[in-house]
Amino acid sequence: MRTTAIEVRVGSDDFDVQAEYDALCSHNTDDGAVVFFVGRVRDLNEGEAVHGLHLEHYPGMTESVLQHLAEQAAGRWPLNRVRVVHRVGDLHPADQIVFVGVSSPHRQAAFDGAAFLMDVLKTEAPFWKKETGPDGTSRWLDARQSDTTLAERWR
Amino acid sequence: MSEPVQVKFFARLREELGVSSLNIPAEEVPDLDALLDWLVKAHPQWQPALQGKLMTAVNQNMTSSNATLLPGDEVALFPPVTGG
Repeated sequence: MRTTAIEVRVGSDDFDVQAEYDALCSHNTDDGAVVFFVGRVRDLNEGEAVHGLHLEHYPGMTESVLQHLAEQAAGRWPLNRVRVVHRVGDLHPADQIVFVGVSSPHRQAAFDGAAFLMDVLKTEAPFWKKETGPDGTSRWLDARQSDTTLAERWR
Repeated sequence: MSEPVQVKFFARLREELGVSSLNIPAEEVPDLDALLDWLVKAHPQWQPALQGKLMTAVNQNMTSSNATLLPGDEVALFPPVTGG
């Protein structure tokens, strides 16, 4: 029985991609594949200039949903390590938002496990984005059908 | 008197309603449908916001059916999520 090491963090602090990668790899000779994804703030979204991004979440539920998704991924693919880091609070263009990383003996499991985690995180984890434009006005983002479609392919 | 049902609102919905949480006597809201009826009855001006596309969680688990509610339950209503 495989035991997957899972780490989930939600908070306002930035993360260090090298440190996250190292945590997937250190003292790990079982895994030949590491796949990670980093989501960042863009300065343009749906044709609108973005000066700031506020991320709200549901404390408590957020962490348990991410933990549950990581466990689902670990049950579905042979992943030895899974790390999910998501920031909340006030961010700006080029800031990092999310890190999802997995390690596995094999690359296809690593690709699929990481893609699954990102796709399902986007439709099930209780985070909400509010963008601020150049004139200081802000607007909540609407969920996208394309994200729902991507998540549904894993059902 | 039994523990109330606590209702939390997030993001755009929280701003539209102007409140982040409230308590309802558990005996008045036996399930989620009754809870929504209770909210609209108590706050008719909330009806448009509550009729929008919303997600629901009971005790921090997403639910899509008309779940039964018990004293002390935590219900959350919020717009479709947009993280990642």
